[in-house]
Amino acid sequence: MRLSRQSVVILVLAAVLYVVIRSVEAAELINPYWRMVLDQSLIITIGALGLSLIYGFTGQFSLGHAAFYGLGAYTAGVIDKLWGHGIFPFFILSIIAGALFAGFLAFVIGLPILRLRSDYLGIATLGFGIIVKVAMDNSNKLWPVLGGATGMSGTPQVASFDVIFVIAFLMILLVRNFVFSSYGRACTAIREDEIAADVMGIDTTRAKVLAFVLGCALAGLAGGLYAHRYPFLHPSSFDFLKSFDFLLIVVLGGLGSMTGTIVTAVCWVFLLEGLRFVLGQNFIDFRGVIYALILVITIILRPQGIFGGREWKMFVPVINVAGARKEDADRHVST
Amino acid sequence: MEFLAQVINGLQLGLVYALIALGYTMVYGIVRLINFAHGDIFMVGAFVGYFGFTSWGLPFPLAILTAMVVCSILGVTIERVAYKPLRYAPKIAALISAFGMSLFLEYFCSLKFVFGPNFRVVKRPFEEIHWNLGGLTITNIQVMIFIVVVVMLIILQYLIFRTKIGMAMRSVSMDHNTARLMGVNVDNTISVTFAIGSAFAAVGGVLYAVAYPQIYPFMGIMPGLKAFTAAVLGGIGIIPGAVLGALIMGQVETMTSAYLSSQLRDAIAFSILILVLLIRPTGILGRTETEKV
Repeated sequence: MRLSRQSVVILVLAAVLYVVIRSVEAAELINPYWRMVLDQSLIITIGALGLSLIYGFTGQFSLGHAAFYGLGAYTAGVIDKLWGHGIFPFFILSIIAGALFAGFLAFVIGLPILRLRSDYLGIATLGFGIIVKVAMDNSNKLWPVLGGATGMSGTPQVASFDVIFVIAFLMILLVRNFVFSSYGRACTAIREDEIAADVMGIDTTRAKVLAFVLGCALAGLAGGLYAHRYPFLHPSSFDFLKSFDFLLIVVLGGLGSMTGTIVTAVCWVFLLEGLRFVLGQNFIDFRGVIYALILVITIILRPQGIFGGREWKMFVPVINVAGARKEDADRHVST
Repeated sequence: MEFLAQVINGLQLGLVYALIALGYTMVYGIVRLINFAHGDIFMVGAFVGYFGFTSWGLPFPLAILTAMVVCSILGVTIERVAYKPLRYAPKIAALISAFGMSLFLEYFCSLKFVFGPNFRVVKRPFEEIHWNLGGLTITNIQVMIFIVVVVMLIILQYLIFRTKIGMAMRSVSMDHNTARLMGVNVDNTISVTFAIGSAFAAVGGVLYAVAYPQIYPFMGIMPGLKAFTAAVLGGIGIIPGAVLGALIMGQVETMTSAYLSSQLRDAIAFSILILVLLIRPTGILGRTETEKV
């Protein structure tokens, strides 16, 4: 297998980024608190990429993304707490289980409700999110381990920066390749005009459900990592305000721009924590007010999002058209 | 009798929801925007009303009126500042802006020099009186809510179908450009819609504060969400639909609390919403719009 020049560039950039962050850490320029914020920003990036797939690329308005994030967190958290005890392969298996469970529920709920359009779909997913939150609040009645409204703790904290970084990197690649695959093109076509896409012979239900399941599985995966990085899971971390966090990251970044989603997700998490730091103890009450104002002002100044649908070049796979054609021709000759 | 008492409790809640749901549905009908800040305007209404009949010593009807005026001004200001610049931008931009305004109102009102972050227990401006009608207990608060809401609904019906501004609102809700060509001042009509919607939310807020006497800056989130759901349930953009949806929501919530478990209240209410949307994707009274290619 020969790597294309672009793949090499991506790998080198990721490696450089990793080394830079690691050496900054090693020089003790950032304290554990900011390391946690950094990990959080990568976790949120993974979840936001999921919503970017669902809303940014496929145009399916979802206000219940945090529910899948939470489902992944609880699933992975409880599996590792009961049986894994922090063994590394088990940790990986548990976060995969979290992603699969979130994806499975997304399939079950998505199949019927993805027929709804725009705002109605948003409200249905919002409703689903609230149902999941109520279920989490009362989960201890079915299974005391889950803790219900008092929250759950005891998941081994084994998600290191390395693991989170590698997974985030792989997921960015996954989404990039999906978006530019024929499935991804089908999704983009549905976003632009569902009826036209249907007429062009795209199985719209299948493409929409596929994007929804994949996006929600990413949220579940992010949740699984969250459960292994933060010792305390509480239903209120996964309510509809959290869903809005994901939504506004995707919208502020610019719909249909992976670059926008990634950059905004990292900046947003750092902004939130940075405000706490900048304002100090005396003005901490103003944090919410300033946060809200930044949100409103940004969206008024840039209604199309910060990146407005543009991508960094490295997120657009270079398709070697001439080579592909030659290959195609060869195949025809041989058959 | 027990059941009938619960029906009346549900009616009380549903009527308050109806007042909030009307604002959502009117704004949605006219600018196709889910006005997330509406629930917080309801909260401001509750606080202004509360200050009106306690610290400012106003008589109760005047306190309601003050709340209505303050909320109308607030609603129009929010529309002018946060929504108008985005009116012809992608719809989602205005929605994010609305969410931002909602957060702004919540956090701003929690500041110590505004309303403060704590719960306040509302001291009612009049005593609660229980009337016993053959085993069934009705309170004067329930009667008052019923009368106020019915009067408000009649006024709204008159405004929309019998006045010039109502006609303008109906035309703008059909098509902004055509309405403009017919000589309707679209901007003013939208502002008036926000003003009326906010005034209704203010009345809802004051009644809510009297009926369920505890207020705090984040109190608008859940009732706002429920009222919005009610509007979607009935068919958003359709005024009778909002009232119908709100009455259903009120009953569902009260019945679940009474006979199942009060913790499952929200889950049941939203399950019903999803089921209704699956059967009728545009709500109970919603018209199915045929999409043109």
